[in-house]
Amino acid sequence: MAVDADHTSQGRTPQGRIPRGMPAPAGLLERMMSNRHFLGLLFMLPAAALLLLFLTYPLGLGVWLGFTDTRIGRPGIFIGLENFELMWTDTVFWLSVFNTILYTVVASILKFGLGLWLALLLNQHMPFKAFFRAIVLLPWVVPTVLSAIAFWWIYDAQFSIISWALREMGLIEANINFLGDTWNARWSVIAANVWRGIPFVAISLLAGLQTIPQSLYEAATLDGTTPWQRFRYITLPLLTPIIAVVMTFSVLFTFTDFQLIYVLTRGGPINATHLMATLSFQRAIPGGFLGEGAAIATAMIPFLLSAILFSYFGLQRRRWQHGGQD
Amino acid sequence: MASVAIRDVRKAFGQVEIIHGVSIDIEDGEFVILVGPSGCGKSTLLRMIAGLESVTGGEIAIADRVVNQVPPKERDIAMVFQNYALYPHMTVGENMAFSMKLRKAPKADMDARVKRAAEILGLTPYLERYPRQLSGGQRQRVAMGRAIVRDPQVFLFDEPLSNLDAKLRVQMRTEIKELHQRLKTTTIYVTHDQIEAMTMADKIVVMHDGIVEQMGAPLDLYDRPDNLFVAGFIGSPAMNFIKGRGAVNGVASVKSDSGIDLPLGPDMNGGTANLDGRPVVYGIRPEHLHIAEGGLPAEVVVVEPTGSETQVFAKLGGQEVVAVLRERVTVGPGDIIPLKPEPGLVHLFDGETGRRL
Repeated sequence: MAVDADHTSQGRTPQGRIPRGMPAPAGLLERMMSNRHFLGLLFMLPAAALLLLFLTYPLGLGVWLGFTDTRIGRPGIFIGLENFELMWTDTVFWLSVFNTILYTVVASILKFGLGLWLALLLNQHMPFKAFFRAIVLLPWVVPTVLSAIAFWWIYDAQFSIISWALREMGLIEANINFLGDTWNARWSVIAANVWRGIPFVAISLLAGLQTIPQSLYEAATLDGTTPWQRFRYITLPLLTPIIAVVMTFSVLFTFTDFQLIYVLTRGGPINATHLMATLSFQRAIPGGFLGEGAAIATAMIPFLLSAILFSYFGLQRRRWQHGGQD
Repeated sequence: MASVAIRDVRKAFGQVEIIHGVSIDIEDGEFVILVGPSGCGKSTLLRMIAGLESVTGGEIAIADRVVNQVPPKERDIAMVFQNYALYPHMTVGENMAFSMKLRKAPKADMDARVKRAAEILGLTPYLERYPRQLSGGQRQRVAMGRAIVRDPQVFLFDEPLSNLDAKLRVQMRTEIKELHQRLKTTTIYVTHDQIEAMTMADKIVVMHDGIVEQMGAPLDLYDRPDNLFVAGFIGSPAMNFIKGRGAVNGVASVKSDSGIDLPLGPDMNGGTANLDGRPVVYGIRPEHLHIAEGGLPAEVVVVEPTGSETQVFAKLGGQEVVAVLRERVTVGPGDIIPLKPEPGLVHLFDGETGRRL
């Protein structure tokens, strides 16, 4: 703001000379071009245009479609809440809601627990530390479709390596029907999701762990803590801000998961693994009912918003984080 | 309170030995300062006493009990870290009470001790604050408060003042010394700042490259440094060193490499028997050089008046020396001044071994 004032009030020196080679003010355009507020808006325009075009428009269109009876190849008309009323009585939709919540809750808890454990392990002094850290990232780095295909093979009804190993060990008689049985399929896709999601949690939490000064652990050791107490009283409280961020993202990723399910089961058997995202796609594209699919996708928004709200409160700076520098 | 004995202690990280057999006896209630340049092993030694580093060789005893294998929490010591290591998510009160909370001490006892420590350190109004809301000096006090609440046998300080600004450092120096006089707890304090060591310690241990160069009372070290390292390390500005050879022509003197005759006192220690022709280092503290009749001619390079004294940097036979003068002088760069060392206060060191002669 101060610079602003400088420009307008001191554009000319008392002698009428123009200082520092600045051009003479030439009307409205010139004044606007030297106005910080206007320039700020001007410079934001390209980014705003991109956001509008690629984020807001598709989102708006998606929501709008949810209120129409559009089908593929036939423009629809506005039908109000009809799609949502239909959904209300649709048992498959409610099954997908149940599946999505089960999938998100169980996978997120497992990813958090195992990820934190892995992060704590990787934070220890050990040989080949950098190598192990790189290895841990692998499941996150490979394309989801590729890992999903691998899991598809692992879960194959006939050639599953798990079934084979258990059979060789004499623990089971017949192959496990991983993806053919409803509950088996649910746990199987959750396991695949956990495998894929752990690196993100582990590496992010590891980064958080490394911001905790070693001297705090030394002070706590001298204060008489056991290793468990050091975790409970030092690590965990100091890690909570990062846990909140990481788990918010993890929950959002899991809730909106599509690829893994689509490759592994396509929502089957008997819709047992249909998530809201896969059901929405199923109805909209192969099924052709764009409006209905869009309505299902729109129904995810309240869930996602509540997850964001949760993280908003979780992410708020705690009282101990306020105040001066370290 | 307890005595601490360090006997031939060694520390190696892998193949590299960084402490080569250090022995120090610390009496009950003594304030001992380990001082030395960075990398001399002083902090490592302190961490070994705390139990944060293992002992490679030798033994450490606290209150006559060898603690080499005793875990830190059972050594009954408290440590103040350079960065204070306050728990950021706990209030000042919680920070101080943490060790007692772990021991499941009765709440009344805990509160009483925290209250007492807070009163000693003037922290009572800040007990509900978090470390981030405190200034550097206050955090420093909280770190000490945490140690006081423990009521340990030994206090360990690891460069506690190096994160503070100069003024606060002087103030905290006094506070720590007062605290020690009040509590009389055995204290081992590590610093690289020789002024801190001189002003606070009962006993200074000067370390260099993993060995003890000299230990003793501050003024003993100042007046009779055992070797060139201690002579150069203790004192600010540092002692002037002039290389030369001993010369005995009736009276003993030192002929500097640049050909100047430097006077020696009549009672030079060790006699003058084998001084003639021997390579020596002539050491004179800046405050023992005066402008006086019959002094050695020196060319002034820089004059730095500080108000209470004046530091004059001058070239004496091609070598720069510094003189600290109590009186105000009106000399300027380029002037030739007569600099006269006080012969009785000269330190003479062997030119080869660096040991005091």
